Amino acid sequence: MFQGILIAGFGGQGVLSTGQLLAYAGMLEDKHVAWIPSYGPEMRGGTANCGVTISDIPISSPVVTEPTVLIAMNRPSLEKFEPKIVQDGIALINSSLVDTEVQRDDIKSVYINANELAEEIGNSKIANNIILGALVEMTGVVSGESVVESLKKVLPPKRHNLIDINREALEKGKKLAEEARVKTAM
Amino acid sequence: MRKKLSKVLMKGNEAIGEGAVRAGCRYFFGYPITPQSELPHYLAKRLPEENGVYLQSESETSAINMVYGAAGAGSRVMTSSSGPGISLMQEGISYIAGAELPCVIVNMMRGGPGLGNIAPAQSDYLQAVKGGGHGDYFVVCIAPASVQEIIDFMYDAFDIADKYFTPVMVLADGILGQMMEPVEFKENQEMELPEKPWAANGKRGRESKNIINSLYIVPEDLEEHNFKLKDKYSIIEEKEQRWEEYYTEDAELVLTAFGTSARVCKAVVDKARQEGLAVGLIRPIMVWPFPQKAFDKVIHSAKQFLTVEMNTGQMVEDVKLAVAGRRPVYFTGRPGGMLPIANDIFEEVKKLMSGGAE
Repeated sequence: MFQGILIAGFGGQGVLSTGQLLAYAGMLEDKHVAWIPSYGPEMRGGTANCGVTISDIPISSPVVTEPTVLIAMNRPSLEKFEPKIVQDGIALINSSLVDTEVQRDDIKSVYINANELAEEIGNSKIANNIILGALVEMTGVVSGESVVESLKKVLPPKRHNLIDINREALEKGKKLAEEARVKTAM
Repeated sequence: MRKKLSKVLMKGNEAIGEGAVRAGCRYFFGYPITPQSELPHYLAKRLPEENGVYLQSESETSAINMVYGAAGAGSRVMTSSSGPGISLMQEGISYIAGAELPCVIVNMMRGGPGLGNIAPAQSDYLQAVKGGGHGDYFVVCIAPASVQEIIDFMYDAFDIADKYFTPVMVLADGILGQMMEPVEFKENQEMELPEKPWAANGKRGRESKNIINSLYIVPEDLEEHNFKLKDKYSIIEEKEQRWEEYYTEDAELVLTAFGTSARVCKAVVDKARQEGLAVGLIRPIMVWPFPQKAFDKVIHSAKQFLTVEMNTGQMVEDVKLAVAGRRPVYFTGRPGGMLPIANDIFEEVKKLMSGGAE
Protein backbone atom coordinates (compact mmCIF):
# COMPACT_ATOMS: atom_id res chain seq x y z
CA MET A 1 0.00 0.00 0.00
CA PHE A 2 1.31 3.40 -0.97
CA GLN A 3 -0.57 6.67 -1.21
CA GLY A 4 0.99 10.04 -1.95
CA ILE A 5 -1.72 12.55 -1.23
CA LEU A 6 -1.52 16.21 -2.17
CA ILE A 7 -3.92 18.59 -0.47
CA ALA A 8 -4.01 22.05 -2.02
CA GLY A 9 -6.04 25.21 -1.64
CA PHE A 10 -6.01 28.77 -0.28
CA GLY A 11 -4.28 29.52 3.00
CA GLY A 12 -6.95 29.30 5.70
CA GLN A 13 -8.94 26.45 4.16
CA GLY A 14 -7.47 23.97 6.60
CA VAL A 15 -5.27 22.38 3.99
CA LEU A 16 -2.31 21.81 6.33
CA SER A 17 -4.40 20.59 9.26
CA THR A 18 -6.35 18.18 7.06
CA GLY A 19 -3.04 16.70 6.02
CA GLN A 20 -1.91 16.41 9.62
CA LEU A 21 -5.15 14.68 10.53
CA LEU A 22 -4.57 12.12 7.81
CA ALA A 23 -0.93 11.59 8.75
CA TYR A 24 -1.87 11.16 12.39
CA ALA A 25 -4.49 8.56 11.46
CA GLY A 26 -1.87 6.63 9.49
CA MET A 27 0.49 6.77 12.45
CA LEU A 28 -2.22 5.39 14.76
CA GLU A 29 -2.47 2.43 12.39
CA ASP A 30 1.32 1.93 12.66
CA LYS A 31 1.89 2.77 9.02
CA HIS A 32 4.83 4.76 7.75
CA VAL A 33 3.71 8.36 7.36
CA ALA A 34 5.27 11.68 6.40
CA TRP A 35 3.75 15.13 6.12
CA ILE A 36 5.39 18.09 4.44
CA PRO A 37 4.05 21.57 3.76
CA SER A 38 4.89 23.79 0.85
CA TYR A 39 6.91 26.47 2.57
CA GLY A 40 7.81 28.81 -0.24
CA PRO A 41 7.53 32.58 0.10
CA GLU A 42 3.78 32.26 0.67
CA MET A 43 1.49 35.19 1.28
CA ARG A 44 -1.91 35.69 2.82
CA GLY A 45 -4.60 34.65 0.37
CA GLY A 46 -2.05 32.72 -1.66
CA THR A 47 -1.98 29.01 -2.27
CA ALA A 48 -1.01 26.48 0.36
CA ASN A 49 -0.47 22.77 0.00
CA CYS A 50 0.90 19.81 1.83
CA GLY A 51 1.92 16.32 0.89
CA VAL A 52 0.99 13.30 2.98
CA THR A 53 2.57 9.95 2.29
CA ILE A 54 1.14 6.81 3.89
CA SER A 55 2.86 3.55 3.13
CA ASP A 56 3.58 0.02 4.32
CA ILE A 57 7.29 0.47 3.64
CA PRO A 58 9.67 3.25 4.77
CA ILE A 59 9.12 6.51 2.90
CA SER A 60 11.93 7.77 0.71
CA SER A 61 11.22 11.39 -0.16
CA PRO A 62 8.30 12.93 1.71
CA VAL A 63 7.72 15.36 -1.15
CA VAL A 64 4.69 14.32 -3.20
CA THR A 65 5.65 15.07 -6.79
CA GLU A 66 3.27 12.56 -8.41
CA PRO A 67 0.17 12.32 -6.24
CA THR A 68 -1.99 9.23 -6.23
CA VAL A 69 -4.73 11.46 -4.82
CA LEU A 70 -5.21 15.20 -5.23
CA ILE A 71 -7.58 17.23 -3.09
CA ALA A 72 -8.14 20.51 -4.94
CA MET A 73 -9.86 22.97 -2.64
CA ASN A 74 -9.74 25.77 -5.23
CA ARG A 75 -9.32 26.28 -8.96
CA PRO A 76 -5.62 27.28 -9.08
CA SER A 77 -4.79 24.07 -7.22
CA LEU A 78 -6.61 21.92 -9.74
CA GLU A 79 -4.98 23.69 -12.66
CA LYS A 80 -1.52 23.38 -11.14
CA PHE A 81 -1.62 19.79 -9.96
CA GLU A 82 -4.02 17.94 -12.29
CA PRO A 83 -1.23 17.14 -14.78
CA LYS A 84 0.87 15.62 -12.00
CA ILE A 85 -1.63 13.01 -10.78
CA VAL A 86 -0.56 9.44 -11.55
CA GLN A 87 -2.51 7.41 -14.08
CA ASP A 88 -5.64 5.88 -12.51
CA GLY A 89 -5.21 8.33 -9.63
CA ILE A 90 -7.99 10.24 -7.94
CA ALA A 91 -8.94 13.93 -8.04
CA LEU A 92 -11.27 15.15 -5.31
CA ILE A 93 -12.54 18.57 -6.24
CA ASN A 94 -14.24 21.19 -4.11
CA SER A 95 -16.80 22.20 -6.74
CA SER A 96 -17.99 25.07 -4.51
CA LEU A 97 -14.87 26.95 -5.56
CA VAL A 98 -13.85 25.16 -8.74
CA ASP A 99 -16.06 25.96 -11.74
CA THR A 100 -14.04 23.98 -14.26
CA GLU A 101 -13.83 20.26 -14.89
CA VAL A 102 -10.95 17.85 -14.92
CA GLN A 103 -9.44 17.57 -18.41
CA ARG A 104 -7.89 14.14 -18.08
CA ASP A 105 -9.84 10.95 -18.64
CA ASP A 106 -7.25 8.60 -17.16
CA ILE A 107 -8.01 9.60 -13.58
CA LYS A 108 -11.09 9.26 -11.42
CA SER A 109 -12.65 12.60 -10.48
CA VAL A 110 -15.24 13.29 -7.82
CA TYR A 111 -16.83 16.71 -7.39
CA ILE A 112 -18.11 17.72 -3.98
CA ASN A 113 -19.66 21.13 -3.27
CA ALA A 114 -18.03 21.07 0.13
CA ASN A 115 -18.57 24.69 1.18
CA GLU A 116 -22.36 24.54 0.73
CA LEU A 117 -22.55 21.13 2.39
CA ALA A 118 -20.48 22.40 5.29
CA GLU A 119 -22.84 25.35 5.74
CA GLU A 120 -25.77 22.90 5.73
CA ILE A 121 -24.15 20.85 8.48
CA GLY A 122 -23.59 24.07 10.38
CA ASN A 123 -19.95 25.15 10.17
CA SER A 124 -18.21 26.47 7.07
CA LYS A 125 -14.81 25.40 8.43
CA ILE A 126 -15.46 21.68 8.05
CA ALA A 127 -15.56 21.67 4.23
CA ASN A 128 -12.11 20.05 4.10
CA ASN A 129 -13.20 17.16 6.27
CA ILE A 130 -16.18 16.37 4.03
CA ILE A 131 -13.68 15.82 1.25
CA LEU A 132 -11.36 13.91 3.59
CA GLY A 133 -14.28 11.59 4.39
CA ALA A 134 -14.65 10.86 0.68
CA LEU A 135 -10.91 10.23 0.35
CA VAL A 136 -10.91 7.72 3.20
CA GLU A 137 -13.89 5.89 1.68
CA MET A 138 -12.42 5.78 -1.82
CA THR A 139 -8.86 4.78 -0.94
CA GLY A 140 -9.17 2.92 2.35
CA VAL A 141 -5.76 4.41 3.15
CA VAL A 142 -6.81 4.65 6.80
CA SER A 143 -10.03 3.80 8.58
CA GLY A 144 -12.67 6.39 9.40
CA GLU A 145 -12.32 5.49 13.09
CA SER A 146 -8.62 6.35 13.03
CA VAL A 147 -9.42 9.77 11.58
CA VAL A 148 -11.94 10.45 14.35
CA GLU A 149 -9.41 9.22 16.91
CA SER A 150 -6.86 11.60 15.40
CA LEU A 151 -9.23 14.54 15.78
CA LYS A 152 -8.89 14.08 19.53
CA LYS A 153 -5.11 14.36 19.22
CA VAL A 154 -4.86 17.09 16.60
CA LEU A 155 -7.51 19.44 18.00
CA PRO A 156 -6.48 21.22 21.20
CA PRO A 157 -8.68 20.18 24.18
CA LYS A 158 -10.60 23.46 24.11
CA ARG A 159 -11.74 22.62 20.58
CA HIS A 160 -12.93 19.10 21.37
CA ASN A 161 -16.50 20.39 21.20
CA LEU A 162 -15.94 20.42 17.43
CA ILE A 163 -15.27 16.69 17.19
CA ASP A 164 -18.92 15.75 16.63
CA ILE A 165 -19.48 18.16 13.78
CA ASN A 166 -16.22 17.06 12.17
CA ARG A 167 -17.32 13.46 12.48
CA GLU A 168 -20.55 14.43 10.75
CA ALA A 169 -18.52 16.03 7.96
CA LEU A 170 -16.43 12.88 7.51
CA GLU A 171 -19.62 10.78 7.39
CA LYS A 172 -21.12 13.08 4.78
CA GLY A 173 -18.06 12.70 2.58
CA LYS A 174 -18.10 8.94 3.01
CA LYS A 175 -21.72 8.80 1.88
CA LEU A 176 -21.04 10.97 -1.16
CA ALA A 177 -18.16 8.71 -2.18
CA GLU A 178 -20.36 5.65 -1.83
CA GLU A 179 -23.01 7.29 -4.01
CA ALA A 180 -20.40 8.26 -6.58
CA ARG A 181 -19.22 4.66 -6.66
CA VAL A 182 -22.79 3.39 -7.21
CA LYS A 183 -23.18 5.85 -10.06
CA THR A 184 -19.94 4.72 -11.69
CA ALA A 185 -20.99 1.10 -11.30
CA MET A 186 -24.22 1.77 -13.20
CA MET B 1 17.43 0.38 29.47
CA ARG B 2 15.52 3.42 28.37
CA LYS B 3 11.94 2.44 27.60
CA LYS B 4 10.29 3.79 24.51
CA LEU B 5 7.05 5.69 24.95
CA SER B 6 4.17 6.07 22.55
CA LYS B 7 4.57 7.80 19.22
CA VAL B 8 3.86 11.42 18.44
CA LEU B 9 3.82 13.20 15.10
CA MET B 10 6.44 15.92 15.11
CA LYS B 11 8.05 18.41 12.79
CA GLY B 12 11.83 18.04 12.38
CA ASN B 13 12.58 21.57 13.58
CA GLU B 14 10.55 21.07 16.73
CA ALA B 15 12.13 17.66 17.26
CA ILE B 16 15.57 19.30 17.31
CA GLY B 17 14.32 21.66 19.99
CA GLU B 18 12.79 18.92 22.13
CA GLY B 19 15.77 16.63 21.58
CA ALA B 20 18.14 19.40 22.69
CA VAL B 21 16.15 20.13 25.85
CA ARG B 22 16.12 16.43 26.72
CA ALA B 23 19.87 16.30 26.12
CA GLY B 24 20.34 18.95 28.78
CA CYS B 25 20.56 22.06 26.62
CA ARG B 26 19.34 25.04 28.62
CA TYR B 27 20.54 27.98 26.52
CA PHE B 28 19.63 28.95 22.99
CA PHE B 29 20.70 32.08 21.14
CA GLY B 30 19.62 32.59 17.57
CA TYR B 31 18.02 34.65 14.89
CA PRO B 32 15.11 33.54 12.68
CA ILE B 33 15.63 32.30 9.14
CA THR B 34 13.64 29.93 6.94
CA PRO B 35 13.61 26.90 6.87
CA GLN B 36 14.48 26.53 10.57
CA SER B 37 12.38 29.19 12.30
CA GLU B 38 10.08 26.65 13.98
CA LEU B 39 13.09 25.60 16.05
CA PRO B 40 13.69 28.92 17.85
CA HIS B 41 9.91 29.34 17.98
CA TYR B 42 9.63 26.04 19.82
CA LEU B 43 12.48 26.77 22.20
CA ALA B 44 11.16 30.25 23.00
CA LYS B 45 8.29 28.48 24.70
CA ARG B 46 10.05 25.33 25.87
CA LEU B 47 13.29 26.58 27.46
CA PRO B 48 11.66 28.85 30.07
CA GLU B 49 9.66 25.79 31.23
CA GLU B 50 13.00 24.19 32.11
CA ASN B 51 14.42 27.33 33.71
CA GLY B 52 16.54 27.81 30.62
CA VAL B 53 17.16 30.92 28.58
CA TYR B 54 15.96 31.59 25.06
CA LEU B 55 17.20 34.79 23.51
CA GLN B 56 16.72 36.19 20.06
CA SER B 57 19.83 38.16 19.27
CA GLU B 58 20.14 41.11 16.92
CA SER B 59 22.15 39.08 14.41
CA GLU B 60 23.72 35.69 13.87
CA THR B 61 27.17 37.15 14.65
CA SER B 62 25.86 38.14 18.02
CA ALA B 63 24.12 34.79 18.59
CA ILE B 64 27.25 32.73 18.04
CA ASN B 65 29.23 34.94 20.41
CA MET B 66 26.56 34.45 23.06
CA VAL B 67 27.00 30.71 22.47
CA TYR B 68 30.76 31.21 22.94
CA GLY B 69 30.07 32.88 26.28
CA ALA B 70 27.60 30.28 27.57
CA ALA B 71 29.84 27.41 26.43
CA GLY B 72 32.79 29.07 28.19
CA ALA B 73 30.71 29.23 31.36
CA GLY B 74 30.20 25.46 31.09
CA SER B 75 26.57 25.22 29.93
CA ARG B 76 25.03 23.02 27.28
CA VAL B 77 24.16 25.61 24.64
CA MET B 78 22.93 25.62 21.08
CA THR B 79 22.22 27.90 18.16
CA SER B 80 20.62 27.25 14.81
CA SER B 81 20.37 28.91 11.44
CA SER B 82 20.46 28.25 7.72
CA GLY B 83 23.08 29.00 5.03
CA PRO B 84 23.38 32.80 5.11
CA GLY B 85 23.16 32.91 8.91
CA ILE B 86 25.66 30.08 9.31
CA SER B 87 28.11 32.04 7.14
CA LEU B 88 27.78 34.98 9.51
CA MET B 89 28.53 32.66 12.43
CA GLN B 90 31.74 31.24 10.99
CA GLU B 91 34.05 33.71 12.73
CA GLY B 92 32.55 32.76 16.08
CA ILE B 93 32.66 29.04 15.32
CA SER B 94 36.38 29.38 14.57
CA TYR B 95 36.92 31.11 17.93
CA ILE B 96 34.94 28.38 19.73
CA ALA B 97 36.96 25.65 18.00
CA GLY B 98 40.17 27.52 18.88
CA ALA B 99 39.13 27.91 22.50
CA GLU B 100 38.07 24.24 22.55
CA LEU B 101 34.56 24.72 23.81
CA PRO B 102 31.59 22.38 23.44
CA CYS B 103 28.41 23.61 21.74
CA VAL B 104 25.91 22.52 19.12
CA ILE B 105 25.12 24.42 15.92
CA VAL B 106 22.24 23.42 13.67
CA ASN B 107 22.37 24.21 9.96
CA MET B 108 19.06 23.54 8.25
CA MET B 109 20.42 23.97 4.75
CA ARG B 110 18.73 25.90 1.94
CA GLY B 111 19.64 26.84 -1.61
CA GLY B 112 22.63 29.17 -2.22
CA PRO B 113 24.93 30.96 -2.87
CA GLY B 114 24.08 34.38 -1.52
CA LEU B 115 20.47 34.71 -0.48
CA GLY B 116 19.74 31.80 -2.82
CA ASN B 117 16.32 30.63 -1.77
CA ILE B 118 14.59 28.95 1.14
CA ALA B 119 14.05 25.58 -0.51
CA PRO B 120 15.81 22.46 0.84
CA ALA B 121 19.38 21.84 -0.31
CA GLN B 122 22.69 20.34 0.75
CA SER B 123 24.61 23.36 -0.42
CA ASP B 124 26.78 23.90 2.67
CA TYR B 125 28.42 20.47 2.87
CA LEU B 126 31.94 21.62 2.09
CA GLN B 127 31.67 24.64 4.35
CA ALA B 128 30.53 22.39 7.19
CA VAL B 129 33.05 19.55 6.88
CA LYS B 130 36.13 21.60 6.06
CA GLY B 131 35.97 23.75 9.16
CA GLY B 132 33.97 26.62 7.74
CA GLY B 133 35.73 29.58 9.29
CA HIS B 134 39.37 30.72 9.31
CA GLY B 135 42.20 28.76 10.84
CA ASP B 136 43.16 25.13 11.05
CA TYR B 137 40.24 23.24 12.57
CA PHE B 138 37.33 20.87 12.03
CA VAL B 139 33.81 20.73 13.35
CA VAL B 140 32.16 17.38 14.04
CA CYS B 141 29.20 17.13 11.64
CA ILE B 142 26.27 14.80 12.13
CA ALA B 143 23.69 14.34 9.38
CA PRO B 144 20.29 12.89 10.34
CA ALA B 145 17.92 11.49 7.72
CA SER B 146 14.67 11.26 9.67
CA VAL B 147 12.84 13.07 12.44
CA GLN B 148 13.49 10.11 14.75
CA GLU B 149 17.22 10.35 14.06
CA ILE B 150 17.11 14.05 14.81
CA ILE B 151 15.83 13.25 18.31
CA ASP B 152 18.32 10.46 18.88
CA PHE B 153 21.29 12.40 17.51
CA MET B 154 20.74 15.46 19.69
CA TYR B 155 21.95 13.43 22.69
CA ASP B 156 25.00 12.33 20.71
CA ALA B 157 25.72 15.85 19.48
CA PHE B 158 25.92 17.30 22.99
CA ASP B 159 27.82 14.29 24.37
CA ILE B 160 30.44 14.40 21.61
CA ALA B 161 30.81 18.18 22.03
CA ASP B 162 31.52 17.71 25.75
CA LYS B 163 33.74 14.69 25.26
CA TYR B 164 36.07 16.31 22.75
CA PHE B 165 35.67 20.01 23.65
CA THR B 166 34.49 20.85 20.17
CA PRO B 167 31.61 22.49 18.35
CA VAL B 168 29.30 19.91 16.78
CA MET B 169 27.18 20.80 13.78
CA VAL B 170 23.88 19.11 13.00
CA LEU B 171 23.73 19.29 9.22
CA ALA B 172 20.28 18.76 7.72
CA ASP B 173 18.28 20.09 4.80
CA GLY B 174 15.05 22.07 4.82
CA ILE B 175 12.95 18.98 4.17
CA LEU B 176 14.04 17.36 7.41
CA GLY B 177 13.19 20.56 9.26
CA GLN B 178 9.79 21.00 7.67
CA MET B 179 8.50 17.44 7.52
CA MET B 180 6.47 15.68 10.17
CA GLU B 181 7.09 12.04 11.00
CA PRO B 182 6.16 9.79 13.91
CA VAL B 183 8.77 9.82 16.66
CA GLU B 184 9.26 8.02 19.93
CA PHE B 185 10.97 9.65 22.85
CA LYS B 186 12.98 7.67 25.32
CA GLU B 187 11.85 7.95 28.88
CA ASN B 188 13.43 10.94 30.56
CA GLN B 189 16.30 9.95 32.77
CA GLU B 190 18.33 11.83 35.30
CA MET B 191 21.29 12.80 33.16
CA GLU B 192 24.74 13.08 34.54
CA LEU B 193 26.43 15.89 32.71
CA PRO B 194 30.22 15.96 32.82
CA GLU B 195 31.99 18.20 35.31
CA LYS B 196 33.56 21.26 33.70
CA PRO B 197 36.28 22.45 36.08
CA TRP B 198 37.77 24.56 33.29
CA ALA B 199 34.66 26.74 32.94
CA ALA B 200 34.98 30.49 33.34
CA ASN B 201 32.15 30.70 35.82
CA GLY B 202 33.79 32.50 38.71
CA LYS B 203 36.78 31.47 40.80
CA ARG B 204 34.77 29.18 43.13
CA GLY B 205 37.65 28.58 45.49
CA ARG B 206 40.08 27.69 42.72
CA GLU B 207 43.65 28.88 43.16
CA SER B 208 43.80 30.61 39.80
CA LYS B 209 41.04 31.93 37.60
CA ASN B 210 40.00 30.04 34.50
CA ILE B 211 40.66 31.91 31.29
CA ILE B 212 39.18 30.96 27.96
CA ASN B 213 40.96 32.26 24.91
CA SER B 214 41.83 31.43 21.33
CA LEU B 215 44.83 33.76 21.21
CA TYR B 216 48.32 32.22 21.13
CA ILE B 217 50.52 35.14 20.18
CA VAL B 218 53.82 33.23 20.29
CA PRO B 219 54.22 31.03 17.19
CA GLU B 220 55.78 28.18 19.20
CA ASP B 221 52.75 28.19 21.47
CA LEU B 222 50.26 28.28 18.61
CA GLU B 223 52.08 25.49 16.82
CA GLU B 224 51.82 23.37 19.93
CA HIS B 225 48.13 24.23 20.17
CA ASN B 226 47.59 23.36 16.50
CA PHE B 227 49.27 19.98 16.95
CA LYS B 228 47.16 19.36 20.04
CA LEU B 229 44.02 20.08 18.02
CA LYS B 230 45.32 17.83 15.25
CA ASP B 231 45.82 14.96 17.73
CA LYS B 232 42.27 15.45 18.93
CA TYR B 233 40.90 15.40 15.40
CA SER B 234 42.84 12.20 14.69
CA ILE B 235 41.21 10.53 17.69
CA ILE B 236 37.78 11.73 16.54
CA GLU B 237 38.47 10.41 13.03
CA GLU B 238 39.43 7.04 14.48
CA LYS B 239 36.60 6.69 16.97
CA GLU B 240 33.59 8.60 15.72
CA GLN B 241 33.06 7.53 12.10
CA ARG B 242 29.43 6.57 11.71
CA TRP B 243 27.50 5.36 8.72
CA GLU B 244 24.63 3.14 7.63
CA GLU B 245 25.13 0.32 5.14
CA TYR B 246 22.21 -0.70 2.96
CA TYR B 247 22.69 -3.81 0.81
CA THR B 248 26.42 -3.14 0.43
CA GLU B 249 27.79 -6.68 1.08
CA ASP B 250 27.76 -7.74 -2.58
CA ALA B 251 27.10 -4.37 -4.21
CA GLU B 252 28.87 -3.74 -7.49
CA LEU B 253 27.63 -0.19 -7.62
CA VAL B 254 27.63 1.69 -4.32
CA LEU B 255 25.57 4.83 -4.00
CA THR B 256 26.67 7.40 -1.44
CA ALA B 257 24.28 9.99 -0.08
CA PHE B 258 23.38 11.66 3.22
CA GLY B 259 20.21 13.17 4.66
CA THR B 260 17.19 13.42 2.38
CA SER B 261 19.22 12.33 -0.67
CA ALA B 262 19.95 9.07 1.14
CA ARG B 263 16.25 8.44 1.66
CA VAL B 264 15.69 8.79 -2.07
CA CYS B 265 18.69 6.51 -2.75
CA LYS B 266 17.24 3.76 -0.56
CA ALA B 267 14.24 3.66 -2.87
CA VAL B 268 16.69 3.39 -5.79
CA VAL B 269 18.48 0.46 -4.13
CA ASP B 270 15.13 -1.28 -3.51
CA LYS B 271 14.16 -0.85 -7.12
CA ALA B 272 17.54 -2.03 -8.39
CA ARG B 273 17.49 -5.12 -6.18
CA GLN B 274 14.01 -5.98 -7.45
CA GLU B 275 15.49 -5.97 -10.93
CA GLY B 276 18.42 -8.10 -9.84
CA LEU B 277 21.05 -5.35 -9.92
CA ALA B 278 23.70 -5.49 -7.19
CA VAL B 279 23.34 -1.94 -5.90
CA GLY B 280 23.91 -0.73 -2.33
CA LEU B 281 24.13 2.48 -0.37
CA ILE B 282 26.61 3.96 2.07
CA ARG B 283 24.90 6.69 4.06
CA PRO B 284 27.40 8.74 6.05
CA ILE B 285 25.78 9.62 9.39
CA MET B 286 28.86 11.53 10.44
CA VAL B 287 29.97 13.60 7.47
CA TRP B 288 32.97 14.78 9.50
CA PRO B 289 34.73 12.58 10.38
CA PHE B 290 33.95 11.05 6.99
CA PRO B 291 33.35 7.28 7.15
CA GLN B 292 36.52 6.12 5.41
CA LYS B 293 36.10 2.68 7.01
CA ALA B 294 32.79 2.13 5.20
CA PHE B 295 34.53 2.48 1.84
CA ASP B 296 37.46 0.23 2.77
CA LYS B 297 34.91 -2.39 3.73
CA VAL B 298 33.05 -2.45 0.41
CA ILE B 299 35.96 -1.88 -1.94
CA HIS B 300 36.45 -5.65 -2.60
CA SER B 301 33.07 -6.03 -4.30
CA ALA B 302 32.37 -2.48 -5.43
CA LYS B 303 33.23 -1.75 -9.03
CA GLN B 304 32.06 1.85 -9.07
CA PHE B 305 30.55 4.56 -6.90
CA LEU B 306 27.77 7.06 -7.56
CA THR B 307 27.34 10.00 -5.20
CA VAL B 308 23.95 11.69 -5.03
CA GLU B 309 23.55 15.13 -3.49
CA MET B 310 21.25 18.14 -3.42
CA ASN B 311 24.02 20.37 -4.84
CA THR B 312 26.38 20.33 -7.82
CA GLY B 313 28.94 18.00 -6.25
CA GLN B 314 30.48 18.49 -2.81
CA MET B 315 30.56 15.27 -0.78
CA VAL B 316 31.73 13.53 -3.94
CA GLU B 317 35.16 15.05 -3.20
CA ASP B 318 35.30 13.17 0.11
CA VAL B 319 34.07 9.99 -1.58
CA LYS B 320 36.93 10.32 -4.06
CA LEU B 321 39.40 10.78 -1.19
CA ALA B 322 37.99 7.71 0.56
CA VAL B 323 38.02 5.58 -2.58
CA ALA B 324 41.51 6.94 -3.30
CA GLY B 325 41.57 6.13 -6.99
CA ARG B 326 40.80 2.46 -6.47
CA ARG B 327 37.47 2.69 -8.36
CA PRO B 328 35.73 5.30 -10.49
CA VAL B 329 33.46 7.73 -8.64
CA TYR B 330 30.54 9.42 -10.41
CA PHE B 331 28.15 12.14 -9.35
CA THR B 332 24.57 13.18 -9.92
CA GLY B 333 22.72 15.91 -8.07
CA ARG B 334 19.99 18.52 -8.07
CA PRO B 335 20.90 21.98 -6.72
CA GLY B 336 18.81 25.08 -6.10
CA GLY B 337 16.16 23.52 -3.88
CA MET B 338 15.26 20.71 -6.26
CA LEU B 339 15.17 17.09 -5.13
CA PRO B 340 16.85 14.12 -6.76
CA ILE B 341 14.16 11.86 -8.23
CA ALA B 342 14.46 8.12 -7.63
CA ASN B 343 13.64 7.21 -11.24
CA ASP B 344 16.30 9.58 -12.61
CA ILE B 345 18.95 8.13 -10.32
CA PHE B 346 17.88 4.61 -11.26
CA GLU B 347 18.35 5.43 -14.96
CA GLU B 348 21.83 6.70 -14.13
CA VAL B 349 22.55 3.49 -12.20
CA LYS B 350 21.43 1.32 -15.12
CA LYS B 351 23.56 3.33 -17.52
CA LEU B 352 26.63 2.96 -15.32
CA MET B 353 26.08 -0.75 -14.76
CA SER B 354 25.79 -1.42 -18.45
CA GLY B 355 29.11 0.32 -18.91
CA GLY B 356 27.65 3.39 -20.55
CA ALA B 357 29.43 6.04 -18.55
CA GLU B 358 32.67 6.18 -20.51
